[in-house]
Amino acid sequence: MITLTHVHKSFGDNHVLRGVSLHVPKGQSMVIIGGSGTGKSVTIKSVLGLVEPDSGRIEVDGREVHEGDRDAFLARFGMLFQGGALFDSLPVWQNVAFRLLRGALKRPKEEAREIAIDKLRRVGLRAAVADLFPSELSGGMQKRVGLARAIAADPEIIFFDEPTTGLDPIMAGVINELIREIVTEMGATTMTITHDMTSVRTIADRVAMLHDGVIQWEGPISEMDGADDPYLAQFIRGRADGPIEAVR
Amino acid sequence: MSGLLSPVAALGRSMLALLAYVGRVAIFAGATVAHVFRPPWYWREFGWALMQIGWLSLPVVGMTALFTGGALALQIYDGGARFQAEFAVPSIVAIGMVRELGPVLGGLMVAARVASSIAAEIGTMKVTEQIDALVTLSTHPMKYLTVPRVVAATLAVPVLVAVGDSIGILGGYLVGVTRLDFNAAAYLKNTFDFLELWDVTSGLIKGAVFGFIVALCGCYFGMNSGRGAQGVGRATKSAVVTASVLIFAANYILTEVFFAA
Repeated sequence: MITLTHVHKSFGDNHVLRGVSLHVPKGQSMVIIGGSGTGKSVTIKSVLGLVEPDSGRIEVDGREVHEGDRDAFLARFGMLFQGGALFDSLPVWQNVAFRLLRGALKRPKEEAREIAIDKLRRVGLRAAVADLFPSELSGGMQKRVGLARAIAADPEIIFFDEPTTGLDPIMAGVINELIREIVTEMGATTMTITHDMTSVRTIADRVAMLHDGVIQWEGPISEMDGADDPYLAQFIRGRADGPIEAVR
Repeated sequence: MSGLLSPVAALGRSMLALLAYVGRVAIFAGATVAHVFRPPWYWREFGWALMQIGWLSLPVVGMTALFTGGALALQIYDGGARFQAEFAVPSIVAIGMVRELGPVLGGLMVAARVASSIAAEIGTMKVTEQIDALVTLSTHPMKYLTVPRVVAATLAVPVLVAVGDSIGILGGYLVGVTRLDFNAAAYLKNTFDFLELWDVTSGLIKGAVFGFIVALCGCYFGMNSGRGAQGVGRATKSAVVTASVLIFAANYILTEVFFAA
């Protein structure tokens, strides 16, 4: 469904992606792991067109992402951002229903509010939260609102950027379970970037490890622990010694 | 030889950087204007911007104009006394306010209040990925954030200038009547007898241009903000400084166009 072929991207002298090739099959949950600064976020932002690659092809359903109607293309996606990226000036329900209040998917205001409250309930938040502002919520609640916004328009493809960063282990577990449940029940194709191995084991159908600007290893989650790739082995076991240089 | 040429090379690099910077701002301004005429239009954001930029700037613009009008009356009275021209106070206060001080001071006060808040708000949205979130929600950031603010400022600042002009003239009148012993009726007659419609209109046109500059600078520097608190702080400072300098430059150019013989 999503195919990246030899994607390169540099920022000045910093060559972040050096030929990333990856295929995410329809309905699968692909988790991209890798150290900080290895280009995980750049990879998913390239798919969305937020970052323009220097070279290579990115296709969704066989179609180059920069071709065709951009609004229709983006309407297929939902995204949970690392920090939530909720709009401070809007109450929670308008954040969740943002897409339903304007543009091609516009619904009547009452209907959009109902859908927003329904999605908030789906992520475990009470209806009373709907009229609060993002600044009045805890980090975990903001993550849930971000998740509700990502699924509000029932997208076919959902991206999760570091969904558990900054959360305590229990809340991280709750978010991981929610993502797994929602992905399964919606049948969506997903890409998640994380370095939280608990997230990987809960969310992933397939895992890809990004290192040094290329996909170092890719395969089903069931084969991850037994893989003989030294980079992958060092990363998933969190060892300081190995081929990946650790700054001490 | 290379030692001799290095200052020239540095100057050349600075000039190229300046030209590139001017080019980027010009492209941003052109894109903004182009988006003004293409749907969708976000009326709610436009109304909110009108309230923030126009209505909430009234107190600061009004206070500035009031004190400036009063000080202007005192200065002209004192200066005019040197060649027995004290009688010219009302007309010079009025002409000075509507042609020059009303639009320029109003524009600068709006720059201080609005360019900074727009740059800080949009800059923070950028560093917290809210701009990226807008894109993923099929909403063009320029249409949603820039166009409503720029249009609102372009429409609101002339109204602020008109109110500021009136309050400035009132400030001169109060000082003239209470401190300089002018007859109230004579002061008002002198004010309006020498004031022409073009004096007022030219000031309002200046206000519209200054409003466009202020909002454009706020949006441009916000959208191009660097990372973190330092990046947002730098964007805010650059927005205010650039808007202020451009207001003075635009004021000179417009005055040349409107009034040069």
